[in-house]
Amino acid sequence: MQTFNLALALFLLLNLGAGMWRVFCGPTAADRMLAAQLFGTTAVAVVLLLAQAYGNPALRDVALVFALLAAVTAVAFVRRAWPDQEAGHDSD
Amino acid sequence: MILIDYLSGALLIAGAVFFLAGTLGLLRFPDVYTRLHALTKADNVGLGLMVVGLAVQAESWTAAGKLLLIWLLVLLAGSSVAHLVAGGALQRGIQLWKR
Repeated sequence: MQTFNLALALFLLLNLGAGMWRVFCGPTAADRMLAAQLFGTTAVAVVLLLAQAYGNPALRDVALVFALLAAVTAVAFVRRAWPDQEAGHDSD
Repeated sequence: MILIDYLSGALLIAGAVFFLAGTLGLLRFPDVYTRLHALTKADNVGLGLMVVGLAVQAESWTAAGKLLLIWLLVLLAGSSVAHLVAGGALQRGIQLWKR
């Protein structure tokens, strides 16, 4: 079961790597932020898998912090950091 | 014991499939709103199946409860964020995708 959990964690990491393409290419700031949100959730799943694989319950608290930070980041982005004008170069 | 391993493995693989679908949707869908749709599937169902699969393997009820709480937090955060991002995108005049 340990090998299986580690393999799944690796698979999710590869997913993260593929998602980086959306962060680089945009086209709007919101698209980049959505990719970052997906990274947050996937990171939670990876850390939970590692917690089970290595039998280290402390990693579950790490996952909890990841989930919390992802939520705070997204709200801060929408309320503070999202530029008002971006309809002009939204060409995708 | 073996049966629990198979059950947990099936749930984990189903969760991984949803994560794959979410990533693919994020890469392939045409605008913010449709990508939001793909993202929330991975958030809610993908992580949910993963959490149930891991809770089956978990060593105690406390650990399983904590996993469930993490999932509930992600559910709450994910739906609020989806609402905020979609509202903000409409406000800023990002066009809806039309064929």
